[in-house]
Amino acid sequence: MAEQYIIRLKNLTKSFEDTKVLKGIDLDIRDKEFVTFLGPSGCGKTTTLRIIGGFTEPDAGDVFFEGKRINHLPPYKRQVNTVFQRYALFPHLDVFENVAFGLRLTKTPEEQIQKRVAEMLGLVNLKGFQTRRVEQLSGGQQQRVAIARALVNHPKVLLLDEPLGALDLKLRKEMQAELKSIQQRMGITFIYVTHDQEEALTMSDTIVVMRDGEIQQIGTPQDIYNEPKNAFVADFIGESNIVDAVMPEDKTVTFGGKTLPCVDVGFEPGEAVDMVIRPEDLKVVPLEEGQFTGKVQRVIFKGVHYEMKVLDDTGFLWTIHSTICEDAGQEIGMRVAPFDIHIMKKMKKRRKKSKEKAVSGEAVSKEVEGQR
Amino acid sequence: MKRLGKIYTWLIMGFLYIPIFVLIVYSFNESKSRSVFTGFTFKWYKELFSNRLILSSLGNTLLIALISSVLSTILGTAAAIGIQAMNKKARSVIMNITYLPIIDPEIVTGVSLMLLFVYLRTHLHIPLEMGLITLSLAHITFNVPYVILNVIPKLRQLDQSVYEAALDLGCNPTQAFAKVVIPEIMPGIISGFLMAFTYSLDDFIISYFVSGPTSQTLPVTIYSMTRKKVSPEINALSTIIFIVVLAVLVMINLYDARQTKKKQARISQSF
Amino acid sequence: MRKAVAAPYLVWMAIFIVVPLGLIVLFAFTDSSGAFTLDNIAQVGQYAGVIWRSILLSAISTVICLVLAYPLAFIISRKQENQQRTFLMLVMLPMWMNFLLRTYAWMTLLEKTGLINRLLGLIGLGPFQMINTQGAVVLGMVYNYIPYMILPLYSVMVKIEPHIIEAAQDLGADNISVLWKVLIPLSKSGIVTGITMVFVPAASTFIISKMLGGGTNLMVGDLIEMQFLGNAYNPNLGSAISLLLMILILICMFVMKSIDTEEEMEGMLL
Repeated sequence: MAEQYIIRLKNLTKSFEDTKVLKGIDLDIRDKEFVTFLGPSGCGKTTTLRIIGGFTEPDAGDVFFEGKRINHLPPYKRQVNTVFQRYALFPHLDVFENVAFGLRLTKTPEEQIQKRVAEMLGLVNLKGFQTRRVEQLSGGQQQRVAIARALVNHPKVLLLDEPLGALDLKLRKEMQAELKSIQQRMGITFIYVTHDQEEALTMSDTIVVMRDGEIQQIGTPQDIYNEPKNAFVADFIGESNIVDAVMPEDKTVTFGGKTLPCVDVGFEPGEAVDMVIRPEDLKVVPLEEGQFTGKVQRVIFKGVHYEMKVLDDTGFLWTIHSTICEDAGQEIGMRVAPFDIHIMKKMKKRRKKSKEKAVSGEAVSKEVEGQR
Repeated sequence: MKRLGKIYTWLIMGFLYIPIFVLIVYSFNESKSRSVFTGFTFKWYKELFSNRLILSSLGNTLLIALISSVLSTILGTAAAIGIQAMNKKARSVIMNITYLPIIDPEIVTGVSLMLLFVYLRTHLHIPLEMGLITLSLAHITFNVPYVILNVIPKLRQLDQSVYEAALDLGCNPTQAFAKVVIPEIMPGIISGFLMAFTYSLDDFIISYFVSGPTSQTLPVTIYSMTRKKVSPEINALSTIIFIVVLAVLVMINLYDARQTKKKQARISQSF
Repeated sequence: MRKAVAAPYLVWMAIFIVVPLGLIVLFAFTDSSGAFTLDNIAQVGQYAGVIWRSILLSAISTVICLVLAYPLAFIISRKQENQQRTFLMLVMLPMWMNFLLRTYAWMTLLEKTGLINRLLGLIGLGPFQMINTQGAVVLGMVYNYIPYMILPLYSVMVKIEPHIIEAAQDLGADNISVLWKVLIPLSKSGIVTGITMVFVPAASTFIISKMLGGGTNLMVGDLIEMQFLGNAYNPNLGSAISLLLMILILICMFVMKSIDTEEEMEGMLL
């Protein structure tokens, strides 16, 4: 049933000068879905979005829209609209004319325009702002205009390129909820690009985790969080303890001389793996009850829980989230349930580097914020 | 210290304005003397307005300024858009040549254009007499660079995604240009036009080398009048020009002041 | 495709900028029959005196402009915003009048029976020979070009925050050290732009020297004009002198630009 997919990407590749930005992207997007491309900067998420929008042509591979190949269709002929990263509002037009821009191009009757623009401004809570000039608006209001302007044409798919990147934290949270509700009310497909994992988890039906021009994992937020496919995803989505370990046999894992039961099967006997444990899945227990032990180094109060950094005898620094507070210097025991241990194939490449990239991506968006 | 500053300021202002002030006062002088004031009269103004040479050269000046500023604005805006789309190397070669008429001494531009027109007439037999046409061609030539220099920064400021947004909302590339890019760079186009217009009105040196005996611009006519040493009509003309310039400048300033105020009001309103 | 819209201008540029300059070079190296010659270039040497005078007089004018304009630009830049606007307008207003009229005004003031001599006569002095001297030429150039010095200086000084000067004073700088160690380094780009904008037109002027210097204080510009429109009609020699002038000016601009690494075009766009 190909028809249920509104957009299909087949083996897309793209290079800028000598850098391969996309290395074969395959993706099917269902109608009315909220899909998020998530990844550190430089992972190819924006390029993929621009290919769907028609601003960039892929070097190879195909883009299908409702079953038709649209590789060379220019943006103005696609039933897709975009909310740009820094809004790209037309500074010479007021709010009303910005929103009405697309309607005027299709020579929509004036009363229709009035009605639909008013409807859209209502949808984004900007009633009464019609005659304001764009530069008079705050960042959040500009964002709403950009959304209204893109939606007024009733696109089948709305593309959003880090639309909340330039807003402050509080506003960003509000807008996340609003975007989600707009998507549900309009009943159309949203494709959303972000490097913020929390944003992705909050809003999406499906998350596409990308890295270095490749898709790492596609799944619901729950899948991605609970069953990360590899250490990169585990590390990028939420916090994780990632430990070098070995699988001597099915359902058993050893690390640092200790053996723990787990639920994973299907690895070669003796295969080196990454063992991933979420900080909240580690239980603090009395020393003698621990599957393994360590010494508390630092305790940070995080509101709902304490974050403890615990050094074990192999020199690995564990992160634990717990409502129990132990003092620094205290020796503690740690336990983990078998189903909370995630075993993953070893990553081919430097995990550390991509984490740095993720951090620098955030720094970039902060900079943008600073410039506003 | 503050008093000293004030005195200094007014001394320089005096230096700037006393000659003009004297010029104006003597435009009402009965006699032709430029130092003895013998009585008040408007007769030099009357003579000025019955001087056909001055009136016709004023007409020429306005006509040439209009033609050359309109054409150089069109030519220059198109040039700026094209140049901006070129690669770095081509762009820098073209921009360096474009700068030449601005950096070169005006007299060199003047004589080089004169050589060109003479050459076209004598060697290529193009019937190009020195006159309105050569003046217009010359004025366009020295005006286009100013238009380009005003438009290019605006193009550079233009957010590429604004153009993409227009495409996204259904404009084809031509429409996107007309509806988004041109309005965005309009301030640059307008200031380029105004600059071209005023430079054209004011130019003497280049016009001097490419004007013919029958069609002169006002500055060229003024020059020939100063050669006759005593001609109080110049005083009258200076007075009129001074008043016109003063009025224009005051208007621009009031407008500017109001714009800034509005902007401030807007900023305080949005927060 | 978008590049194509520049095509008409490129054609225009070739015909009206490149070809004319090519003609100057061509004429400079040929005689009246069109044969190659170096005579014109050699002949320029005869006019070394005129060239030297042009450089000297315009350099003196530039220095005077700088010395007069610097304090004024600073004073204006420290005023309230609306006062700044008014004073800028006062500086620009004479600039908008044609320079022939401004020079003519000084002609009438400086002449033997002019207002200045008559006023001096009232207190028993003079009459002095003021017009047709080199001093009159310098005065005329200073008067004509001083706004081009004030404006770029003002536009850099207005960006110097009062706190910076106060900080220097706080750290023990007296007025003279504030000037040399803070103000001048910070306004360097304005100084460079101002010098260029005064020196280049001053060095190539031909009317001011004619009107205020009489026939005896010729400058390079007058020399060129005479070869093209005057009695000395010799476009080949005129082209050679023009070529030399152009090269001199380009060298001067180049030197100025290398002093001022950050290129400031603002002043020019007034």
